[in-house]
Amino acid sequence: MPSSLDELNEGERAVISEVTGADSLSARLLEMGLLPGETIEMIGKAPMGDPIEYMVFHYRISLRKHEAKRVLVERE
Amino acid sequence: MVRQSISSNSPPKGNSSSGETQGGVPRNATVALIGNPNTGKSSLFNALCGANARVGNYAGVTVEHKTGRLQIGDRLSSPNRAQWQVEVVDLPGTYSLAARSADEAVSVEVLAGEMPGVPKPDAVIVILDSTNLERNLYLLSQVLELRIPVIAALNMWDRIDAEGVRIDPSKLSKSLGLPVICTSASNRTGIDELKIQLLEMLDRKDPSLGLPDSTSLASGCFPEAFGKSVDGLVDWFASEGIALNRFQVERLLIDDPQGHSFRVIAKDQSSTVQSKISEVRDALKSQGLAIPLFETRCRYGWIKSRISGVLERDSRPREHSTSDKIDRWLTHRWIGLLFFLVLMFLLFQSITLVADWPMKLIEEAQGFLGAWIESWVPPGPLRSLLVEGVLAGVGGVVVFLPQIAILFLFIGILEDCGYMSRAAFMMDKFMSVLGMSGKSFLPLMSSFACAIPGIMATRTIENRKDRMVTILIAPLMSCSARWPVYVLMVSAFVPPLTALNGWLSLRGAVLFGMVSLGSVVAIPVAWFLKRFLFPGEPSAFVMELSSYKWPSWRVVFARVWERVQAFVLRAGTLIFVTSVLVWAAAYFPANHAQLDAMVSQMESLSTDPQGHKAEIETLVEQINREKSRLIEQSFLGQAGNAIAPLVRPLGWDGKIGIAVLASFPAREVIVATLGTIYALGSGVDESNDGLADQLRAATWPDGTLVFSLATALSIMVFFALCAQCASTLMTIRRETNSWVWPIFSFLYMTTLAYVGAWVTYQVVSVWSL
Repeated sequence: MPSSLDELNEGERAVISEVTGADSLSARLLEMGLLPGETIEMIGKAPMGDPIEYMVFHYRISLRKHEAKRVLVERE
Repeated sequence: MVRQSISSNSPPKGNSSSGETQGGVPRNATVALIGNPNTGKSSLFNALCGANARVGNYAGVTVEHKTGRLQIGDRLSSPNRAQWQVEVVDLPGTYSLAARSADEAVSVEVLAGEMPGVPKPDAVIVILDSTNLERNLYLLSQVLELRIPVIAALNMWDRIDAEGVRIDPSKLSKSLGLPVICTSASNRTGIDELKIQLLEMLDRKDPSLGLPDSTSLASGCFPEAFGKSVDGLVDWFASEGIALNRFQVERLLIDDPQGHSFRVIAKDQSSTVQSKISEVRDALKSQGLAIPLFETRCRYGWIKSRISGVLERDSRPREHSTSDKIDRWLTHRWIGLLFFLVLMFLLFQSITLVADWPMKLIEEAQGFLGAWIESWVPPGPLRSLLVEGVLAGVGGVVVFLPQIAILFLFIGILEDCGYMSRAAFMMDKFMSVLGMSGKSFLPLMSSFACAIPGIMATRTIENRKDRMVTILIAPLMSCSARWPVYVLMVSAFVPPLTALNGWLSLRGAVLFGMVSLGSVVAIPVAWFLKRFLFPGEPSAFVMELSSYKWPSWRVVFARVWERVQAFVLRAGTLIFVTSVLVWAAAYFPANHAQLDAMVSQMESLSTDPQGHKAEIETLVEQINREKSRLIEQSFLGQAGNAIAPLVRPLGWDGKIGIAVLASFPAREVIVATLGTIYALGSGVDESNDGLADQLRAATWPDGTLVFSLATALSIMVFFALCAQCASTLMTIRRETNSWVWPIFSFLYMTTLAYVGAWVTYQVVSVWSL
């Protein structure tokens, strides 16, 4: 059962299964290394709950909630 | 290929075209510098070219065009080698060459040799963050397809141990098929090796140097169907008479149709092109080729094949890194927020308080120089031009430098140590409610001290729309130059009432209201700008959070110097010219003969101030009265009287009209101008009781008082909202590279100010009856 990336809890890891959409946002996410098959970890949320910090491809990236919703993951 | 090139001493082969000095004249070459954001690109640029970069804008866009000069070939090798005069073009930091933003479009155009005024680069240096090589190689894989010789600079080499990364540079060089140099720009290691490699490349001893075989590129992994479609499209564009190279056609096919790739296509042809592109895309889609996924997948596949056996990472858990330990506290829900607020408070205090004493020194120096000029030049137009025009103009530029330097010192440290992106991360939700991103917070916050450094700080905002909105609302933040008029008006006209046993004072509440007014008004203004002038999807806020590190002082000071220099050279000249023009409007066409005679007389009396005390006092009074008469006769005074009917609904008389008009170039001069108009001399300040008394006593021709609480509040609201600062407008002109936006800011803020002051006067007048 795939979930979207914004549903991960702090410290939880998951494997990316799909980046939905074909617009510039999904292209940007793919370019930044959020590729299907990669492992991603949720590091923490900003004080107001949004955006969210993740670790992917050996670096840390901040995504807004609505951006993270574009990424579907398989939780481990 | 990594080290051998350095020890290579073989003389150049072939004829003179391979690079022998021709009559000692250095040959010209262009080299482009490209890399992801936060890879130390600007420090590498400074290490190559020194701090004296020429900064401008590319034609028609707000993208900064930064170039520097580098001479190579003299000390580095044998004397008969060519000397190269290299123009280094620093391209904007970008993650990809997919031309979705103006920054990316500019990079593609420069690299393709299609940017007017920039020769096609002879070589490209791609800067890679060694600690994050995998993702950085993505951009390199795209640059390689432009078929320009490439050198890869593995920057931040000094930090790979701390990050637990091991890279074999010579293996990487072999696997990529191009020279790889390990550099650490912030402590200047590897720079000479980079120069030697560049020399080698420009000399073209080996024409294939830096140009890997085209079959080994990432696009070699693109599906055949895609290649065929591109071939077909290239032919189609040729038949339509549109000159595009293969790379651009590829990008048009892959990128978002709303993207900047379409900038290169004429408007009347764009709809034909759009429909052709979507036709080809649909055809590809029916063959199961998903755009844009396949490109990224191929490129990352290519990257993985290139780094296997070249790069290794420690598999230690994340918690062990110091950077992560710090990060856990600094982005903590409460502690992180508290830390951020304390930091902002310190920043604000430094801009307002620490900058205060160098600013006072500058003003004192100005006074000293003015007195010195007066001792040499007799009273008359020349003296007035030098002291009140030229010197005041120079002072008006220099006085901003302490604030600009302090703000960029802070920004430089915060950016270089990696905290800046965390600050944006924490403030993003708050700012996104207002339609901006977290990156707008610091520029707006510093605009409370002064909008000029604030507007200059918007350079950290990559998204153009967010940046424009931030620039346009920054002047609404209550800058410190508004204080004098608030203090004067509040102390003269707001009754000293207190409530809650003295804990709440009416004066304090009015002051607080005035300071907050601009930022409250900025909320609907930002909403309006976003909705109607810069519409579109909320921008992506995909932001890298790089590891913390100690800031490099070299990098920080280079940044401060660059900003100070840019302000003086670009905005400073405009501010100076405005100041001289305003002087002329306040000086001419009135006849100053009488004033000059009185001033001469006083100066001769001043040699013995004790003996002529009474005479001097009457003379000073006469001079002040004469000055007041002259300013009313000047062009400025005439204009003030002409607008009197216009400002009457605001509760203002002609004298206030003149003072407000005179303060359009710089709002803080209102107090001095009121002093001149009310014949107290221009030396008064906001705490001057004489001035407050004069204002309270001022009457209309029918004998009723001009000033009331309503008038005072209407003046304050006007000052809170109006764009009375030529320096800010000139900074907007410089930062947006267009006259449209300063004019727009001036008009919208003046309108707001007028309407705000009118409403205030009418409401308060009715209410206080």
